[in-house]
Amino acid sequence: MAADPGRDGQPDWLDMDAGPVVRPYTVTGGRVKPVSGFDLVAFVVAAPLDRVDLAPLQPEHRTIIEVAQRPVAVAELAARVDLALGVVRILLGDLLSAGLVVSYEPQPAASLPDNDILQAVVNGLRAL
Amino acid sequence: MDSVHSDRPGPGEGQHIPIALKILIAGGFGVGKTTLVGSVSEIRPLQTEEVLSTASEATDDVSGVEGKNTTTVAMDFGRITINEDLQVYLFGTPGQDRFWFLWDELAFGALGAVVLADTRRLADCFPSVDYFETRNTPFVVGVNCFDGIQRHSATAVRSALDLDPDVPVLLCDARDRQSGKDLLIALVEHVASRRVPTG
Repeated sequence: MAADPGRDGQPDWLDMDAGPVVRPYTVTGGRVKPVSGFDLVAFVVAAPLDRVDLAPLQPEHRTIIEVAQRPVAVAELAARVDLALGVVRILLGDLLSAGLVVSYEPQPAASLPDNDILQAVVNGLRAL
Repeated sequence: MDSVHSDRPGPGEGQHIPIALKILIAGGFGVGKTTLVGSVSEIRPLQTEEVLSTASEATDDVSGVEGKNTTTVAMDFGRITINEDLQVYLFGTPGQDRFWFLWDELAFGALGAVVLADTRRLADCFPSVDYFETRNTPFVVGVNCFDGIQRHSATAVRSALDLDPDVPVLLCDARDRQSGKDLLIALVEHVASRRVPTG
């Protein structure tokens, strides 16, 4: 089906409302297998930018490294790089194997949290 | 990926990693979950998406050309920084029943949940209540009083939902920051009371 090219070379029907033109898992090279770990609220931190050779990396990997220069929760990272969670987890898995990020998983619910932490949360919420 | 093989880059070295607590905001479609997340979050609510691929095996699609359906589910979330060591993340649960399985990921490790109820459509929150009761996840019920109109008392809602006596039920206004904070405080205190049965 041929669409008339618009002024900037994009077909006319392809406006912002169309959403991302790239299928979500294209950036993972078609890999869809779920990656374990990387809980929604796990914090990831990337290696310092000046110690990473960005050249051989995919743009999405680079963006993740840039955003994760400071600790960032996985859900927030996904929102900021504007990729689906499953995609971000696969890319994070790549970076983890390459030693370019570390992940700090949250403690399992059974051991968390002690009452000092809960009290701190209540106090913090009251003070907001 | 073999971009760095020389020195260990040591990601995370010397970085301060806070503890993140996860709280779910549940309830029926259109009950005000995202509104509540927005009213208490320090950031404009963010959206994270999960792409669901449904394998074609359950269908009789014989073409094999487009063997799966993809659906995108958006989850709204917000953040509250308690102090440099503690952050609370609030996740709105997807409203539609067909996304139930996503709840397991959301509920994993969650501190607890706020179930929002609308007395005009009380049955909409039954599945949420049921889910958290079954999983033994602590929760509180917030009766969202739209337009400031209180149609039923908290006692009536408690009775209609057949809740355990220790489950807090609060009247609330999801648009109001203080009201949202009160719900979260009630939840955390409820969690604490369950954790220390012997004081």
